[in-house]
Amino acid sequence: MAAYMMLDGNSAAVQAIKMAKVKVISAYPITPQSSISEELSRLVRDGSLDAKYLRVESEHTAISAAIGAQLTGVRAATATSSVGLALMHEVLNVASGCRVPIVMPVVNRALASPWSLWCDHQDTMAERDSGWLQLYCENVQEVFDFVTMGYKIAEHEDVLTPIMICLDGFFLSHSMQKVLIPKQNEVDEFIGDYVKKNTYLDPLNPMVINNLTSPEEFTEMRYQQKDGFDNAAKVMDKVFLEFEKKFGRVHRAVEGYKLEDAEAVIVTLGSMSGTAKQVVNMLRNQGKKVGALKIVSFRPFRSDLVNEMLKGIKRIAVFDRTAGLGSQGAPLWHEVCNALEESNAVVKSYIGGLGGRDISLETVLNVFDDIMNNDSKNKSPVWIDLKDNAMDIRQVKKDA
Amino acid sequence: MQKQQEKHMEKRKKYRILGPVALGFESVKTGSWRLERPKVEYSQCVKCGICEKYCPVNVISIHKDEEECIQFIWDYCKGCGICENVCPKKCINMVDERGEK
Amino acid sequence: MHNTKTECKGLVSNGVSACAGCGLELIIRNVLDVLGEDTLIVIPPGCAALFCGYGDGTAFKIGGFQGNLENTAAYGAGIKAGLEMQGNDHTTVLCFAGDGATLDIGLQSLSGMIERGDKVVYICYDNEAYMNTGIQGSSSTPQGAATTTTPGGKATQRKDLIQIVMAHRIPYAATASLANLTDLRNKVKKAKETDGPAVLHIHTPCPTGWSYHPSKSIEISKLAVDTGAWLLYEYENGVVKVNYKPKHFKPLIEYLKLQGRFKNISEEKVSSIQQDINKRFDELKVRGELL
Repeated sequence: MAAYMMLDGNSAAVQAIKMAKVKVISAYPITPQSSISEELSRLVRDGSLDAKYLRVESEHTAISAAIGAQLTGVRAATATSSVGLALMHEVLNVASGCRVPIVMPVVNRALASPWSLWCDHQDTMAERDSGWLQLYCENVQEVFDFVTMGYKIAEHEDVLTPIMICLDGFFLSHSMQKVLIPKQNEVDEFIGDYVKKNTYLDPLNPMVINNLTSPEEFTEMRYQQKDGFDNAAKVMDKVFLEFEKKFGRVHRAVEGYKLEDAEAVIVTLGSMSGTAKQVVNMLRNQGKKVGALKIVSFRPFRSDLVNEMLKGIKRIAVFDRTAGLGSQGAPLWHEVCNALEESNAVVKSYIGGLGGRDISLETVLNVFDDIMNNDSKNKSPVWIDLKDNAMDIRQVKKDA
Repeated sequence: MQKQQEKHMEKRKKYRILGPVALGFESVKTGSWRLERPKVEYSQCVKCGICEKYCPVNVISIHKDEEECIQFIWDYCKGCGICENVCPKKCINMVDERGEK
Repeated sequence: MHNTKTECKGLVSNGVSACAGCGLELIIRNVLDVLGEDTLIVIPPGCAALFCGYGDGTAFKIGGFQGNLENTAAYGAGIKAGLEMQGNDHTTVLCFAGDGATLDIGLQSLSGMIERGDKVVYICYDNEAYMNTGIQGSSSTPQGAATTTTPGGKATQRKDLIQIVMAHRIPYAATASLANLTDLRNKVKKAKETDGPAVLHIHTPCPTGWSYHPSKSIEISKLAVDTGAWLLYEYENGVVKVNYKPKHFKPLIEYLKLQGRFKNISEEKVSSIQQDINKRFDELKVRGELL
């Protein structure tokens, strides 16, 4: 019997990692991920997880050791956040380039500087070109479900691409929610044992992995990765359907909420999606025709689905939880703009919720208010929760 | 490992492997680099094995029962001259590669 | 290896584009000869990466992975853990990295590996600079040596790898040299049999970087040991054993004068380095007497 457990996002990630029977763990602590590295260590100690725990000395080592271990033929686990992910940056590209299907929960936290401990998407957005798949979770159930499905998607022989499961720092990582956890044998049936494929380190079948590649072959190898991404979209859709059939919960790469006759839609990523849906309900009750579009799969970005689902919608507000400095709009906005074909919709970029600022009902109401009523031709992104004294929050007195 | 290769040859089916990986054990003909080559005075050679031991490319072999007691794999000898330098009997000399054959 | 296009004795192909007279080439052949077929090797970018090959071709018969410059030890630790969790205790995991990759950018990951007790053989081949990228100075470049980034001769002393790993209480560590191949091979064997991490620091003569005629690689290795420029010792279970204890070292200048990188070194500098050698040697001898 599947059973309900009260888990926070981190514990849900740990539960999924445990049930996937990983054999090597190399996780370095960082707020707000630390409880993942702690819990995994406890599970190894008490015997509930048969794995070797490498108490690594940095995130750079954490991901490197995970790659080394997974190449020998076992599931390796690591997890990180914010600057830890940034430190991994160099090696993330090794994992994707060498087709090592690691599943890594990333607890979204702002990148320094300024130093912040709290929720922001800049960390994973900075890795959107790393060749990793990226799924964003709305709630703690999704954390468990997506990590579990992550193994099935990433390890598929047509995909062989590592995957990040992104959960908002503190809002999900430390939020206790009721999660339905399946039985171990159900997870075993769903994701199976790890089978080493493609390239691996086996002294009985030697090969030298990741050596120098000439300009004559580099493009083709990158193309192979692109092929993996194209397949990931199809495999992901299939896995979502299989998951629904086996466990009863519906997940899709892109989820529409009350889009049918919507005149304005907010596009969201992560835990803000729940808040957005609540605001949609509130506004609908007031007779306003609004909807929400939740992006689950940011990489690969499902332009096909986004285009289809936003057809005919006249006003689209894209909410980015990252600043997108130097660009006309932030990353999610760019993706949405380019996904829309033959659309004369107004698509505006909204930036907010940075560095742990809560995306409250009021914030989302303000977004809807702006997209529906503000017809200014100004194309700059709207910093929806910016305070009035932005430039003056630090002041000193000096002699004139 | 030999068995593994034979088995693979028998199956003769092509498997696709993705990503950067070297599957072929190869040599570069570094012998084309040399400007000098070692010449051995066989009569003086005591077959101590020191030249074989110190050759960085591992192309020297000692043949105790043959007149040509020191043999080189010319495809790979780079002409570094270490064998001449370490030989205790000084019976190896580096001569011009384009000179006498 | 899947497609064997050439035959050779040993586990390393005969035709590798290492420089003529390359010390590293001799070292790696001997190391793999001792460790055998049941080995997986991790090599960072650098001169040794030449052996990993280009494209589909490699110079190794064993399996391996080319990592990044600073995380060789990290990959090694992960590979060892993965093998152990599959019941494989017999495959040797060998990290084979240069001085730059070990003492500069890779010091952190090596330190972590030793502290955790990961059973990995870590060999640092020390050619005393970043040779593959064009002879730039590293923290293992000796004082007075000219490199492209220390053109006037390096002002500072070099880091001492074995002293650093000794501070971690590593089960086994040793310096080695081509001057004594038997000793080198013996130390590789001891490293393999250590129940825990083992570090070897091997002096690697480089004709291109040190500016000498390739034929002198072995001669120069021997002079390094004879003059004390490279001290031979082991650290085993907390005990230091000095392997080469001459009554007097040969004058340092005999070693330096053969190399173009020291051609502008002053007499005072030579003298001060000589004194430093004597001091280090005395410290080692004293340490060797402690049990």
